[in-house]
Amino acid sequence: MKILLITEQREGKWNKVSFETLAAAQQIVQQTKGSLTAAVVGKGVAPLADEIAAYQVDEVLLVEHDLLEKYTPDGFSLALRQVIESTKPDLVLFPHTYQVRDFAPKLAASLGKGMIGDCIHYRYENGKLIFVRQMFQGRTNADVVFAGNAPWIATFQASAFRADLATKHASGKAPVKPVAVDLKPEQIRTKPLELFREAKQAVDLTQAPILISIGRGIKAPENIPMVEKLAKLLGGEICASRPICDEGWLPMDRQIGSSGQTVAPKLYLALGISGAIQHVVGMKGSRTVAAINKDQNAPIFEVADYGIVGDLFEVVPALIEELEKSH
Amino acid sequence: MKIGVCVKQVPAKDAPLAIVEGGAWIRESDIGFETNEPDSFALEESLRLKEKHGGEVVAISMGPDRAKQTIKEALAKGADRGIHIADDQFFKLDPLSSARSIAAAIKDEKFDLLLTGLQSDDQGFGQTGVLLAELLGLPHATIIMHIDIVDGHMKLKRELEAGWFQWVELPLPAVLSIQSGINKPRYATLKGIMAAKKKEIATVNRASLGVADAPTQRIEKIYIPQKTKKTEFITGQPKEVAAKLIEKLKHEARVL
Repeated sequence: MKILLITEQREGKWNKVSFETLAAAQQIVQQTKGSLTAAVVGKGVAPLADEIAAYQVDEVLLVEHDLLEKYTPDGFSLALRQVIESTKPDLVLFPHTYQVRDFAPKLAASLGKGMIGDCIHYRYENGKLIFVRQMFQGRTNADVVFAGNAPWIATFQASAFRADLATKHASGKAPVKPVAVDLKPEQIRTKPLELFREAKQAVDLTQAPILISIGRGIKAPENIPMVEKLAKLLGGEICASRPICDEGWLPMDRQIGSSGQTVAPKLYLALGISGAIQHVVGMKGSRTVAAINKDQNAPIFEVADYGIVGDLFEVVPALIEELEKSH
Repeated sequence: MKIGVCVKQVPAKDAPLAIVEGGAWIRESDIGFETNEPDSFALEESLRLKEKHGGEVVAISMGPDRAKQTIKEALAKGADRGIHIADDQFFKLDPLSSARSIAAAIKDEKFDLLLTGLQSDDQGFGQTGVLLAELLGLPHATIIMHIDIVDGHMKLKRELEAGWFQWVELPLPAVLSIQSGINKPRYATLKGIMAAKKKEIATVNRASLGVADAPTQRIEKIYIPQKTKKTEFITGQPKEVAAKLIEKLKHEARVL
C-alpha cells in the first residue's frame, strides 16, 4: 500500500503527534509491503523535512509556498489536493489534531472521498485495513472500513501510537523532494491573525505528582471545597474536565484534556468523571489512575487501575476522614 | 441576517447502551433521546447573533420522526422555523453522505451563516460543518469561541490546542463549528414553548433529495471495547472502600 503521511508543524515547531502517526504509517507499510512518503507543509520548513528524512521513509516531500506560511483551511486543502493528485497514494494519513480536523474533511470531500477520523487502532486482516474509532464518547468502539476507490484518508488520535517506536532510516537518509504547488491569494478566504495564550499558567499541573480531578459528577461549585480538602490531605493539585472549567467553577488553566493540559502524574484520582475521549487523552499516561463514578460502565474505568462504583459524596468524605486519622 | 443551525438528536447521556446483534447499531427501542449537547451551544450562539443583528434562525435536523422533538426544542428557545430531513436509516450514513444530504436540503435557503456544534455525542465524526462548507462553496472556521460581525465580515476567536487561541477573519456567508462552552445555553420558557406550537417545521424526505447512494466508508460493527487496563474494583460501604483504596495506593501502587 502506498502511503502518504502529512506531518504537522507550526512556526517551525513539530506537532509531536506527527511522529506517532509516522510510527503507525511505518507499521502499516511493513504489513502491506508498501511504500511511505512523508510530507512537510509550510514555508521555510526544509530543516523539518531533513529531520523526518532521517526516519524510515522512502521519500520526503517538501511542500512550500508563501501562502502556506500560516495555516488556512483553503490554502492547505488546495495545496494537499495537488500533492495527492500528483503522487496518487492509496492511503493518506494525518495526526488527528485540531488543525487537521479543521481542513482534512474538506480536502477529502474536494476529492470526492471520505475520511475516517480520530482512529485509535487499525487491523490488517485478509488484505483489508480496518480502522477502529470510538463512538458514544468512548463507550463503544467501531470497526470502520473504506468503501470505494483510493485515495482513502484517515487520521489517528493523539497517543494512539507511540512516537518512540518510529524507526530511523536503515541507510542514512531518505531523499527530500521539493514539490511546487499553485496557490493564489484570492483563493484564500480566511485571514489568519495573531496566535495567543489566554490562561495565565498560574499552576503547572504537568509537574504535580498527585492530581485530584473533578467532572460533571461534582454537580455544583459548592462541592469543590470538599475536594480541595482531599487534595490538600493527599498533597495534590485539583484539576478538572472541560465542562467544569467552561462553567467557571475552576479556572481554565486547571483543565485536563485535548484542549487543556496533558499530564502523567504518579496518581490521578478521577471524581465523577465519565472519561470522554477528549479528557482521557490528557491523562491516560498517568502511572496510577483511581476513579470514583456512579456508573459502572463509565469509560473512565477503562483506564483506571482502581475503581470504585459509588457516590463520590459518600466516598470523598470517607477518604478525608481516613486520611485525617493517619495524619 | 439569515442563520441556519444544525442540531442533531442523540441518545441521552445517561441512556444504557445495548448493541444490536451483529453490531450494526445500538438498540434504540428502550432509550431516551436528547439534543446533542455541543449543538445546543451552536443554537444559543445563533439566537444571540439574531438578537444582536436581527434576522431569522432556522433549525435543521436530520433523522427519524423523533428528531422533530429536537427541532421543537430549538423553536421553543427562539428559533423561527425548522427543517426536518426525514430518514429512518440516518445512522447508517457516512459523514460525506450526511453532509451531501443536508447541503441538498438547504442550498436554496442561502444562509448568511450556518452554524454547527463541534461534534455529535453519538458517532462523533466531527466533520459536518467542514463538509457543508466545502459542498456549499463557503469558507469556514471551526472550534469557535467568540464571534464579532462588522460590515459583513467576521472576526473569530478559534481555539487551538494546549491553551492557544487564534484570531481569524472571515467574510460572510460562511460556516462555523462552535466550540462547546462558548456560551451558557438558555432554557426554553413556558411562553417560548407555547409560541413554538405555531412555528413551521418543513419536512423533506431525504430520499427525495436525489443524493446518490455512494458511501465512502462503512461501519462494520460496533462493540464494547476490551479493557486495556485491568481495573481492580473496590467494593463495600463508603468507609470500607475509602480505607481499602488508601491502603492500596500506599502499599500496592506506592503512590502515596
